[in-house]
Amino acid sequence: MSTPAEHPEVLPEEHPVAPYIRTDRMPHIWCPTCGIGTVVKCFATALAESGLDLNKVSVVSGIGCTGRVAGYMKLDGFHTTHGRAIPFATGLKLGRPELLVTVFSGDGDLVGIGGNHFIHAARRNMDLLVILVNNFIYGMTGGQNAATTPLTAKTSTMPYGNFERAFNLPQLAASCGATYVARWTCLHIRRLTKAFGEALKRRGFRFIEVITPCATLYARLNKLGSGLDLMRFYHDNAEIRHGADTREVGIAFQDRIVCGKFVDEEQPSFLEMMHEHYRKTLGSKYVPTPPEGGWLHE
Amino acid sequence: MKADPAGVLTGVHYLDGDFACGEGAMAAGCRFVAGYPITPSTEVVERISRRFPLMGGTFIQMEDELGSMAAVVGASWTGTKSMTVTSGPGFSLMMENIGLAAMMETPCVVVNVQRGGPSTGLPTMVGQADMMQARWGSHGDYEVIALSPQSPQETFDLMINAFNLAEVYRVPVLVMMDECVGHMTEKVVIPPAEEIEIVPRTLTGQPPESYLPYKVDGKPVPEFARAGDGYRFHTTGLTHDERGYPVMSKECQEKCVSRLLDKVRRNVDNIVRLEEREVDGADVVVVAYGITARVARIGVELAKLQGAKVGFIRLITVWPFPDRRIRAVAEKVRAFVVPEINYGQMVLEVERCAAKAGADAVLVPHPGGGVHDPKRICEAILGAAK
Repeated sequence: MSTPAEHPEVLPEEHPVAPYIRTDRMPHIWCPTCGIGTVVKCFATALAESGLDLNKVSVVSGIGCTGRVAGYMKLDGFHTTHGRAIPFATGLKLGRPELLVTVFSGDGDLVGIGGNHFIHAARRNMDLLVILVNNFIYGMTGGQNAATTPLTAKTSTMPYGNFERAFNLPQLAASCGATYVARWTCLHIRRLTKAFGEALKRRGFRFIEVITPCATLYARLNKLGSGLDLMRFYHDNAEIRHGADTREVGIAFQDRIVCGKFVDEEQPSFLEMMHEHYRKTLGSKYVPTPPEGGWLHE
Repeated sequence: MKADPAGVLTGVHYLDGDFACGEGAMAAGCRFVAGYPITPSTEVVERISRRFPLMGGTFIQMEDELGSMAAVVGASWTGTKSMTVTSGPGFSLMMENIGLAAMMETPCVVVNVQRGGPSTGLPTMVGQADMMQARWGSHGDYEVIALSPQSPQETFDLMINAFNLAEVYRVPVLVMMDECVGHMTEKVVIPPAEEIEIVPRTLTGQPPESYLPYKVDGKPVPEFARAGDGYRFHTTGLTHDERGYPVMSKECQEKCVSRLLDKVRRNVDNIVRLEEREVDGADVVVVAYGITARVARIGVELAKLQGAKVGFIRLITVWPFPDRRIRAVAEKVRAFVVPEINYGQMVLEVERCAAKAGADAVLVPHPGGGVHDPKRICEAILGAAK
């Protein structure tokens, strides 16, 4: 392989999202053809295009493959405990309301062990952008069954095929009160980037599910070929239906994947409702937490 | 610095321990509380949820204690003084993120108004059986600080200490109350704000380019940057280096964990507070804490009436344990008598410290659901003095 040193006319160019990544931590731990890196790229691109003050953007992850995102993005990044990214992020947001707090984690983390926090944050319309990378399996620990594993798919703990019903995540989020709900695959990089950009500007509980290939485990255990084969599968089987009834977007094994923006409603968020309510009931006695946080200034 | 007057309800009050706990937290500058209802601690957050909107604080009732503790750790990273309040069953669930707070070096306060256990146990009745859980409940090696008040007034006072210690050592500080102290109502004097000394969150003065979140430079704890100030730092529950980056090696593990331990272990004498009475010249010394300390004092007086030479040590700080002081006392006494509302927890620490000097450590157990009969403590003292 030739290097730039051997060919000085080839100028090494910085990757366009390098400023948003902790390049000193590369190479990352993700497998070849894993989809998480693509999701990070789309999110970083959306941040770059958003014009937001990135000093005010935090990313909170739980545990698992996607849990490592908080450590790779050059933002205030919190790699927390398994399943607790959402409540940790809730504290972060309420402690300093001016922050834009993003939760970036996997299906096992957010709706397996962390499912209770997920539904309650959605119910509250908590001011969080939740990005859930769904690869249908526990990747970090070696391919165990997940709450998202489609019926009949093989996992290391369902070696004869999964017989548990899976969550339909957009329906779960929407029925619990999420005010922005979308699903894309990591093949849909432009649409996904656009969804991130849109959701970054909204308030309340925003939920974006991203279907990604896990070639090392999900594809191997199910004889689905390489990560690229899964991307081809998304290409052939993803069906874009904006505004689809979320009851009808469940994912069956190797079946169509309905993508699109399903919910986008203006509803008062947790913080808006709290402020409005206290202003109404307490009047001038109400002292809101200052946007820049509640620590004691000297 | 002095306390923010907004949180200080100066005056002479008639308060129960739970309300005094809430008032102490607010006076100490706490402005974020996440909690989940549990007897006998709930009155603390009821008090706080009524007063917080008037002083810029935020209370959120979370879906469970796992979430409460996680939210407290998150809020603390904004520089906001944060706490949660619970009892045994909730304390068990909080262990996960108490470990995270210890690993990330996040200042926070956790109050446990102890009831009888195990499991659901005695929800409305007293216990002191979570004392070892406070020290060892989360997995791995770490240090915490734990305090144990004996009255509503002391609960108020120790809440301020707890928040200050959390700032100085960047550890979770556990306030180990019990149902009796939580539900007894007594006089509580809340001083004016200018008489309450507060340790504020000290933010790093370094520029973001050179800032490393876990670099200590010989000090016990690293400098703190909060989320949203442009430092773009990373922190993790994984074993990490000075940059806060995960490093999976035994060398990094040693460096990371030993510092978490040393910052407390090397400062035991600065942290520990005891109350002592007539220890010099005593044959037997009673060691007690929380509500049991008040009951034990009656037992001590009864034994003195029968001619026993009895001293008394009250543990105000229960963790770190005052090894050095107990070892020194052990050289001079025949035995320690340790009444506690459990079947033997802090007595194990006393025994450990007394063993070398050959002093006995006698447990006066109580199953929970009430306090000791002072006569039983007196009998134990007389028995140990023989």
